[in-house]
Amino acid sequence: MSGEMRDLYQEIILDHNRNPRNYKKPGDANREAEGYNPLCGDHYKLWLTLDGESIRDFGFDGSGCAISKASASVMGTLIKGKSADEARAMYETFRKLVTGEQKPDIEEAGKMAAFGGVSDFPVRVKCAILAWHAMKGALEGADTVSTE
Amino acid sequence: MTASSFDPKRVRADFPILSTTVHNQPLVYLDNAATTQKPSAVIERIVDYYTTENSNVHRGVHLLSETATASFEEARMKVKSFIGAAEAAEIIFTRGTTEGINLVASSFVAPRLHEGDEVLITAMEHHSNIVPWQLLCEAKGAHLRVVPIDDRGDVILEELETMLTDRTRIFAFSHVSNALGTVNPVERMIAMAHGRGVPVLVDGAQAVPHIPVDVRALDADFYVFSGHKLFGPTGIGALYGKRSLLEAMPPWQGGGDMILSVTWAKTTFNQIPYRFEAGTPNIAGAIGLGAAIDYVGKVGLRNIAAYEDELLAYGTEKLAAIPGLRMIGTAVKKASVLSFTLEGVHPHDIGTIVDQEGVAIRTGHHCAQPVMERFCVPATARASLAFYNTREDIDALGAALNKVIEVFR
Repeated sequence: MSGEMRDLYQEIILDHNRNPRNYKKPGDANREAEGYNPLCGDHYKLWLTLDGESIRDFGFDGSGCAISKASASVMGTLIKGKSADEARAMYETFRKLVTGEQKPDIEEAGKMAAFGGVSDFPVRVKCAILAWHAMKGALEGADTVSTE
Repeated sequence: MTASSFDPKRVRADFPILSTTVHNQPLVYLDNAATTQKPSAVIERIVDYYTTENSNVHRGVHLLSETATASFEEARMKVKSFIGAAEAAEIIFTRGTTEGINLVASSFVAPRLHEGDEVLITAMEHHSNIVPWQLLCEAKGAHLRVVPIDDRGDVILEELETMLTDRTRIFAFSHVSNALGTVNPVERMIAMAHGRGVPVLVDGAQAVPHIPVDVRALDADFYVFSGHKLFGPTGIGALYGKRSLLEAMPPWQGGGDMILSVTWAKTTFNQIPYRFEAGTPNIAGAIGLGAAIDYVGKVGLRNIAAYEDELLAYGTEKLAAIPGLRMIGTAVKKASVLSFTLEGVHPHDIGTIVDQEGVAIRTGHHCAQPVMERFCVPATARASLAFYNTREDIDALGAALNKVIEVFR
């Protein structure tokens, strides 16, 4: 397998695709958004439980490619317990990471770094960023988003 | 030597792009249902046209214009012979299959479609043979009815029989399915429709590159196809219509060339086919299409069909051996298309990984979302063959798919 392919389909991504974390609706969810890329078929529903400015819980459901599903799963583990502002900042960091605009601090990136390989596959950027875009939408009260 | 009598390795040399590499791997181009590659003969003919002949057609009295017009009309004759039409006037140049279908919907069906009438299509159609009819039916208060397909991907002919009613104003269906590869029993289906007085439009986009087509033998009222799927350039296609039908149709687009005379008081329209070719046509495209038809004629469609049959059988067998692979579209008669899913792996991930191995396939809904829904899949991966593909190409696809499984296990 080529180096780039190894970078794209890292073990973290394969793991989160096979066993997505928080793959259900939280009982006390109070924010909801849909992420849908009709051209490629990635389709997810996202829920947040906002407690003031703090993201107390997260959940998602839906189907799509490995990149999009793993991205939603990893994102959930990163934003749970964070504030809405911190989550928005993470969105920016993630966006710059997957578009290749800016490589983040190793520490800052954490598990996000697994998606660094996406920047070599521009066609897949929209897959990686769909859940994050939906999450930002949920914070802002948007209904459905697409990254196509 | 195999049953078919041409050498695919020799024809590959005619296609310059086939010696390209992608990601440092030789290109294995298996996306022919999306578009085909072009032989040097076609590329050079287009370059030649722009280098030595280019001029607007039908208008000038200078030599270049005469030459361009002759080449353009010669291309029309080639299309006519290629599909067995009675005369060149029955061949209208379009931008492609989609435009041809829209033209028929607008100029032939619309005037005769009234509230409560029906348009009949099948469940295997490409969006280009669905959406024009949806738009028309909505505008007219008519009903779009859809003949179902079975689990193999064949039209259920018993249902077709009952769905051809005395309110059906057109039956539009594909000759070969782009998503499933099904080859429909066109002659029989047309006979059934004509038996109920229903005119027929056949979408031949995926048929003409693979099997000989004779529109008169089929008795098709309208037949459409695209140049770029037939080893010709993009932006050109042809609509065949029986003279008696075309002559009775009002104009489609207004403009130059489709008129006889224009005054403020009254404008009169040209005879067919020009009545349906407003504006400067895609002259280079038509000439390129003519060159593609010549090239295919040299290779021989019967040779192509026989060879591709063998290759499709080889590919089907090879893919069937891959664990977790499910073939979508298993009609008895198929052409070119191998559409499949792989358990636990989304088609996009399949496509990205095999791309790294140099293999070009298409993943997604193939402009046939209803077909995907019918088979309860969000998308498929699709390899589609042309006569320049080889067993080695199939082997490369197989190896690439095994790589995919490796990554995801």
